[in-house]
Amino acid sequence: MSLNPMNLLSQLPGAVAQGLIWGIMAMGVYITYRILDLADLTVDGSFCTGAAVCVMMILNGHSVWVAIICAFLAGMLTGLATGLLHTVFGISPILAGILTQLGLWSVNLAIMTRPNQSISTNNYKLLVALRFLDDVKKGLKPFYNHPIFVVGIFVIVIIAVLYWFFGTELGCSIRATGANINMARAQGINTNVNKIIGLMLSNGMVALSGSLMAQYQNFADINMGRGAIVIGLAAVIIGEVLFSKIFRNFALKLLSVVLGSIIYYIVMQTVLWLNIDANYLKLFSALVVAVCLGMPYLKAKYITPIQQRKRGKSNA
Amino acid sequence: MLELINISKTFNPGTVNEKLALDRLSLTIKDGEFVTVIGGNGAGKSTMLNAVAGVFFVDDGRIIIDGNDVTRLEEHRRAKYIGRVFQDPMMGTAASMGIEENLALANRRGQFRGLKWGITHKERQFYKEQLATLGLGLENRLTTKVGLLSGGQRQALTLLMASLKKPKLLLLDEHTAALDPKTAAKVLEATEEIVRRNNLTTLMITHNMRDAINHGDRLIMLYEGRIAVDVSGEEKKKLTVEKLLEMFTTASGSDEADDKLLLS
Ligand SMILES: Nc1ncnc2c1ncn2[C@@H]1O[C@H](COP(=O)(O)OP(=O)(O)O)[C@@H](O)[C@H]1O
Ligand SMILES: [Mg+2]
Repeated sequence: MSLNPMNLLSQLPGAVAQGLIWGIMAMGVYITYRILDLADLTVDGSFCTGAAVCVMMILNGHSVWVAIICAFLAGMLTGLATGLLHTVFGISPILAGILTQLGLWSVNLAIMTRPNQSISTNNYKLLVALRFLDDVKKGLKPFYNHPIFVVGIFVIVIIAVLYWFFGTELGCSIRATGANINMARAQGINTNVNKIIGLMLSNGMVALSGSLMAQYQNFADINMGRGAIVIGLAAVIIGEVLFSKIFRNFALKLLSVVLGSIIYYIVMQTVLWLNIDANYLKLFSALVVAVCLGMPYLKAKYITPIQQRKRGKSNA
Repeated sequence: MLELINISKTFNPGTVNEKLALDRLSLTIKDGEFVTVIGGNGAGKSTMLNAVAGVFFVDDGRIIIDGNDVTRLEEHRRAKYIGRVFQDPMMGTAASMGIEENLALANRRGQFRGLKWGITHKERQFYKEQLATLGLGLENRLTTKVGLLSGGQRQALTLLMASLKKPKLLLLDEHTAALDPKTAAKVLEATEEIVRRNNLTTLMITHNMRDAINHGDRLIMLYEGRIAVDVSGEEKKKLTVEKLLEMFTTASGSDEADDKLLLS
């Protein structure tokens, strides 16, 4: 097989569209992982919950908008479950997330009634679909039906809403909860309630992302959220590594998470283009995230002391 | 203003690490009184303050603040009465948030936090004025992340945050211990100023006997979870380190005072 650059280029719009959709999930991960300082594994289940709810609602004749809103609300419920397990029963956040995720597997199956359900673009009016990429290109549909445009609008609106929310009194108190929980309590902030709100908001976004993904690929599948947390973390970290020096404003930080997600998908697309066995994609993602997570630690331990020693010498 | 009635606290009960940290301790503090607290390592000073703040519930006894029984009130609910500064400068502020954001959080202590904007323009002016009273130049750095400040600056800011919404009770737990002597003296001076200007009822733990003698209207010394010495009024004004040690020896029936209290 030859490596034809044109093939890669033709895959690009699809990769960007997928990156944008996963970017919404990654912003959800950002809320828990960076703002609340909790590693929440609920996402692997709630992504699928969003997809399942959306597909079943559409199959049952509801409008796509109602379906998306219900997916968001269902996602919030999954976050509530994890939040209660953590705050009321004192289970560590990671374990609480794993428990919810495990339980959600059954719930998702019950929602879908079988391991996968498809919705074709021919029979249902969807907001985004893989096929629209070609349709717009061929002029069969107007530009505003292009998945990149539609999901792009979603991303902009979500960033605007989050920017507003985390600037409010409640939003500030949620940030304080993650930044310094002792200080937050001393200032009269109900840290348990705030953690629950953060987890609900986060998983609502994850489920919303799942609902868009199900539409985009025309089906929901019981395994579709597996490994989502790793993709989310990868997006957060790639975004930070590449843009943290220039993006300081909160809205721009969220944007960098979405860009991180897009870059992740372009890299994945490139890896596939290189004819690497698709089976190894997950291993590859895990390695990338492991390296990114380990970097700051290794840097602090080995590189910074060397720099300091050098600086110390030159000062002497 | 503050009443502690026979409060007890045992850590790790039923294990080899069982520790009776507060032993039926009683204390009544009047409105506006400035009390300094000393005692050896492990005497139960921090435990007493944390019990008042609600970090944990006491096993026994009652805690009453300004006539309200708060014994079973959760920490964040009690916070409306209490301003706190911790020993660790990292603990009292959110490093990743700006100076004004930290102040805005403190300015809403005890209030419902809804969907109104987190900081208003009017507040900023107020924060500037308040920061100026610290004399550290922080009034021109409102948006600076607190993580970039020195330990002394952070403690001064925490002190301001604790007193911004005049608390019924100000709790200071060795809040100058982690600072270098010069900075510690400055923060202590700011403390004296803020306490007196706002007429705050204050409990200040210190490891330094001279500071305990030179500041406040009343001095208490803890020993094994109980109050061993309690001096106020004229007697407190005339107090010397030697006299204090002597009182401790008599009260506790031991002469380990010198090593245990570590004269700093
Ligand atoms: N959270 C805790 N868990 C177990 N033991 C504790 C805890 N906090 C304090 N202690 C113990 O209680 C005793 C009193 O501690 P503390 O109040 O911190 O003393 P200090 O007077 O030095 O502030 C010490 O023996 C300490 O080891
Ligand atoms: Mg202590």
